Amino acid sequence: MTFFYLAPWIVFFPVIGLLVNIILGHRFSEKVVGTVASLASGLAFVASALLAYSLTQHPEAFRWTIGEWIHIGTLQLDWTFRVDTLSTTMMLVVSGVGTLIHIYAIGYMHEDVRFKSDLKRFRRFFVFLNLFIAMMMILVSGDSYLMLFVGWEGVGLCSFLLIGFWYEMDTLGRPSWANSDAAKKAMIANRIGDFGFLIASFLMFWTFRSLQFDQVFEQAPVIAASNPGLITAITLFLLVGVTGKSAQIPLYVWLPDAMAGPTPVSALIHAATMVTAGVYLVARSAALYVTVPAAQYIVAMVGAVTALFAATIAVGQYDIKKVLAYSTISQLGFMVAGVGMGAFAAGMFHLITHAFFKALLFLSAGSVILGMERGHHHLSKHEGHKGHEGEGSPLSSRSTPEGSRERARVREDRNHHEEIFDPGDMRNMGGLRKTMPVTFWLYLIGTLALAGIWPFAGFWSKDEILADAFRENFTAVYWLLTVAAFFTAFYMGRQIWMVFFGRPRHEAAAHAEESPKIITIPLMVLAVLSIFGGALNYPGIETLTKWLEHTIEFIQPGEFVMNVALISTGLALFAILLSWLLYGLRPLKKNQPDPLKKMLGPIFTGMERKWFVDEGYFALFINRYVDVARFTADMIDWKFWHDWFHEKVIAGTYNFLSNVTLNRYADQRGIDAFFNGLGEWTKNASAALRQVQNGFVRSYALFVLLGVVAILGYLLFK
Amino acid sequence: MTIDFILFLILALVAIAAALGMLLSRNAVYSALFLVLNFGTVAVFYILLNAPFIAMAQVSVYAGAIMVLFLFVIMLLGTETLPPSKSLPWQRPLAFILALILAGEATYLLLVRKAASGPIPQPVDTFGSPQAVGQALFNSYLLPFEITSVLLLVAMVGAIVLTQKDKGK
Amino acid sequence: MVDVAYYVALSAILFTIGALGVLIRRNPLIIFMSVELMLNAANLAMVAFTRVYTVLEGQIFVFFIMTVAAAEVAVGLALIVAIFRTKHSINIDEMNNLKG
Repeated sequence: MTFFYLAPWIVFFPVIGLLVNIILGHRFSEKVVGTVASLASGLAFVASALLAYSLTQHPEAFRWTIGEWIHIGTLQLDWTFRVDTLSTTMMLVVSGVGTLIHIYAIGYMHEDVRFKSDLKRFRRFFVFLNLFIAMMMILVSGDSYLMLFVGWEGVGLCSFLLIGFWYEMDTLGRPSWANSDAAKKAMIANRIGDFGFLIASFLMFWTFRSLQFDQVFEQAPVIAASNPGLITAITLFLLVGVTGKSAQIPLYVWLPDAMAGPTPVSALIHAATMVTAGVYLVARSAALYVTVPAAQYIVAMVGAVTALFAATIAVGQYDIKKVLAYSTISQLGFMVAGVGMGAFAAGMFHLITHAFFKALLFLSAGSVILGMERGHHHLSKHEGHKGHEGEGSPLSSRSTPEGSRERARVREDRNHHEEIFDPGDMRNMGGLRKTMPVTFWLYLIGTLALAGIWPFAGFWSKDEILADAFRENFTAVYWLLTVAAFFTAFYMGRQIWMVFFGRPRHEAAAHAEESPKIITIPLMVLAVLSIFGGALNYPGIETLTKWLEHTIEFIQPGEFVMNVALISTGLALFAILLSWLLYGLRPLKKNQPDPLKKMLGPIFTGMERKWFVDEGYFALFINRYVDVARFTADMIDWKFWHDWFHEKVIAGTYNFLSNVTLNRYADQRGIDAFFNGLGEWTKNASAALRQVQNGFVRSYALFVLLGVVAILGYLLFK
Repeated sequence: MTIDFILFLILALVAIAAALGMLLSRNAVYSALFLVLNFGTVAVFYILLNAPFIAMAQVSVYAGAIMVLFLFVIMLLGTETLPPSKSLPWQRPLAFILALILAGEATYLLLVRKAASGPIPQPVDTFGSPQAVGQALFNSYLLPFEITSVLLLVAMVGAIVLTQKDKGK
Repeated sequence: MVDVAYYVALSAILFTIGALGVLIRRNPLIIFMSVELMLNAANLAMVAFTRVYTVLEGQIFVFFIMTVAAAEVAVGLALIVAIFRTKHSINIDEMNNLKG
């Protein structure tokens, strides 16, 4: 029994969900809105699971066309869903993790909209979230590069919308355009990547006369034999797209800023699913990459360098979400390196396990932030300050423009009276182990999985990539990734000690409260997956490899290399020990600088300031761009076109001509006289002719007879 | 000089005299009566030209109905004569000159160009009889014939509407 | 029969007299009569040619012309009556409002 006919429903379910919420959502309570959205995502998961079950019986790729799309000349594209083991794997991850995050978001957004005093945005959030699921499903189920691109752009749009979800404030809720700037940054960085993707698509169509996967892959070996440069160009332009979407060097800069979005968004889009689209793209294009080893090497190096680079930055961050953001970039580097080396199964494996534990970490971080906010709120109420507006009271009437201005005013008032409190700053935390025990244990599981400690999921997947790099003689990649793994364990250890151990460094941390069950239960599911997710592809059993083999024929079964496992585990444990020595043994005091700062000096400053990449981009590109814009505006547009061309050339010539040729004499005696004479003549002529029209019918009849006589005469004597 | 020609000449002189009489009479009633005489002579010409039906229609419609209507209106309005007028002094001489040119053109056409002349065949006896005209009217020209009835109706309604006294005033 | 040229000549003379009447008389009733005279002159020429070519269509045409003339006279006389009612005169030289 197969369920392939369910293929379109993986997109239809979320679309139905968002339509229901758009049309009827204003009548629903928050619970119903959240349930509808979660149900839509959950049904998509069920459909994906049924598709996967169908594939166990018919493992060949199944294509389900629902309609014609573009038929122009040789470009023949239909709207076709592709169900194969690779796309189904992605569907399961997207809808599975997505559903858990939907459920979590019901609890998270309930509090978030109250802290920020705009209850109406609750519904908007879930509409965007469902739209994202639908777009992601189009991305992974598309049967051609163009359909993939539709999803690619769609998720980019959702990312933009959700990063700028609180567009009129910054992450601390102060009136500012910081959040929308972050959204724009993500959009622009992604545009550069999309440009590469588009060029790759054009080249592909030019080369293969098709964008459909099977047709492209079929011809790839032939073309690669005759014209390898072309395939290399295509794959490298695709890599540009990958660096944009999957946040690799040099386009990763948008991802840390994307943490401006609500935490479920960071977890779903900017950690678990959307950013892995680039990895999926490389895995999907495996047939192209294996024909050009040079491109593979470049991809692997980009991934490995990104992994290490981002990991070092993560060490110097203080914001709990920023650490995780750089960690995500780093882990994406692992995946890209994996698929770049040709270890497609390992890369996909790490993608799946990373989705589990990074979602877990982000959501737990969200829980921590909420706990801190609750603590801070409790505090300000306790001290008799003006309370946070909005808590628990129905505020729907305040979502009018006046309402939002009022909110901004109140917020500013608050900022005048109180110090700025950042609930996401780890320097404010400490000792949360006691106040938020459930979150602590969940966070710990995520950390161990990420650090790659046996037997958590991350250990198996990261190790597989390392082993493949080792075995395939990508020595540089292997060492870069190994060092990155060391840093990973270190910054995660640092985070755990700073957040959960020691003493509270801020009153809010002391009064932090544990999150409700709707938040912690999805986390527990993810924690279980983070522990046992490695079972998907235990060495020797290789479930995932065998599963993906049906789609990617270039997969080689991985091999467990004991030395590699020992080295990486040993390094990870050493890193955690090191972090304990630095942050656990003598916990940070309030306002005490990071102990690494003393030891490393300028190197730590570099880590803290993200190696000045943003500043460098500003100096290299953005300010240059502004200079060019200013130059074109000042020099070209104003000085050249306006001052010189318009004023001097056109107006000057015109003035000269009019002064020379149309002086007083020519004007008055020549032109004026002519036209006045014409008018005078017309006036006189009409005065004379007016006599003819005297109103006497007899006279008119006389002229009629005159005409008759004249015409008759003409006819007779012509 | 056949008897036909003499008859034609006499009748033609009468017709022209009657027309001139209509043109020159000061009194409108005389004008109308001269016109009746003219119509009568033209009716005789119609008979000479083998058109008895048209001749009868001429007498009954023109000389009868239409001219009676004229006389009726003239007497109703009491406008038999009009006082002399000073306006348009050039109208009268110009009109005469133009009429002379028109007549000259017609003469030239008839005498110099010989536009229409030649032997004329003798038609069958029934040519132009009421029977033949009736046959033509009710077969080939039925639609125009019916449309004339609409035209007459419209004229009748129009006349009534135009002469009706305004009730609104 | 008499040559058709004489009939045409007679028709031309009557038409010219009619045209002259339209131009020089100031009584609209007589102008009307002159118009009728011109119509009659045309009818006479038509009937004469009908006789020459022995086709009946000319006579049918004359019949229709008479009908139209009758209708025209009915409307025209009604107009004159209506004008007389408003202006209390039918002198055509007083009707020169057309010049505007």
